Amino acid sequence: MAEDITIAVLSGKGGTGKTMVSVNLAAVAGNATYIDCDVEEPNGHLFLKPAMLSQEIITIGKPEVDNRLCDGCKICSDACAFKALAVVKKKLLIFPEICHSCGLCYTLCPQGALTEVQQSLGVLYTGHHEDLRVLAAEMNIGEPSGVPLIKALMSHMSGGLTIIDGPPGSGCLVHETIEHADFCLLVAEPTRFGEQNLALVHRLVTLMGKPAAVLLNKTTGDPNPSEAYAKANGLPIIASLPWDDELARVTSRGALITEEHGAYRQYFSTLLATILKEAHRA
Amino acid sequence: MIIAVPAENQSLDSAICQSFGRAPFFCIYDTESESSRFIDNSAKEASGGAGIEAAQLLVDQNVDALITYRIGENAARVLKAAQTTLLKAVNLSIADNVANFLEGKLPSLDEIHSGYHHG
Repeated sequence: MAEDITIAVLSGKGGTGKTMVSVNLAAVAGNATYIDCDVEEPNGHLFLKPAMLSQEIITIGKPEVDNRLCDGCKICSDACAFKALAVVKKKLLIFPEICHSCGLCYTLCPQGALTEVQQSLGVLYTGHHEDLRVLAAEMNIGEPSGVPLIKALMSHMSGGLTIIDGPPGSGCLVHETIEHADFCLLVAEPTRFGEQNLALVHRLVTLMGKPAAVLLNKTTGDPNPSEAYAKANGLPIIASLPWDDELARVTSRGALITEEHGAYRQYFSTLLATILKEAHRA
Repeated sequence: MIIAVPAENQSLDSAICQSFGRAPFFCIYDTESESSRFIDNSAKEASGGAGIEAAQLLVDQNVDALITYRIGENAARVLKAAQTTLLKAVNLSIADNVANFLEGKLPSLDEIHSGYHHG
């Protein structure tokens, strides 16, 4: 695949089948890149079992104050957009978990009392599954935001076809992930809860001007609130994937259904072709 | 002595706001002059760090004591650095809480929650 195209697989909530869809799409894509952006709990590697090539510690800058130089002028704390700094009795208090590492405080400090100190945020892994390049990052426990890890993952994008396994929800991490996507595949469950969360992530991708379509997962013969939402809100339905005990069994033991069942290999190959056609048209 | 109380409305009859960082107003009560005034809480709609900003606001008002239902760990760190006395509010108006405080009836606030942060 010569052309650069990035597909983000998203869901408003966890557990809709986003990773199952992502890893199987990536497996049939062959010469492509799979990026696991669920940095809070990456699990794509459980299915792709990549041969690991490299590990890199990703760091983030946080301010540290030299109390001998700081005169408590409050220029930094007044300017901090995230309120990560306070000044009490002419002494600077720093709240690293509130800090977004923008660097404004070091730039403004007239005393040169603030320096940037690098702290580990998590680890970025690269590997491969046959022809497929596999990238993933895992955030250290207790860190408040994985956004810098997603930025680091994106800086490793190598062109061609990229399939991004997005973080769940519709918050900062998803926002950062979508920035780089040409097309968003929303995976939705046939429940009222699924519909509510589909609506949230659909609003986000619409706001960001990203073309999107929904895959209705785990469908049964019963009325599907997510399907009704898509039809009522102009969200194209790209495919349905009926509930299947065998798919659940294979997935729950960490295997790729596309490597065990020819019918599913065909299903995901067709799905990928349809997604690429839709992405081109958009 | 200057006492601060998170306020729902700009009145001594107002209820104390359940939230510290996101209270609409703070009542600033001066026990010497027995006078009160109300200030806007600039942190009430902050996307994050509201407790820190609200605490900074009170420190800058030279507040000696804060009467509140609850407080998060970041705001508490700022106020403790300023040696502000933290007191647990009772379910009465601001005026009645101040009266209770002056009679020494308010317990100190020892439970510090870890904040209600979101990503």
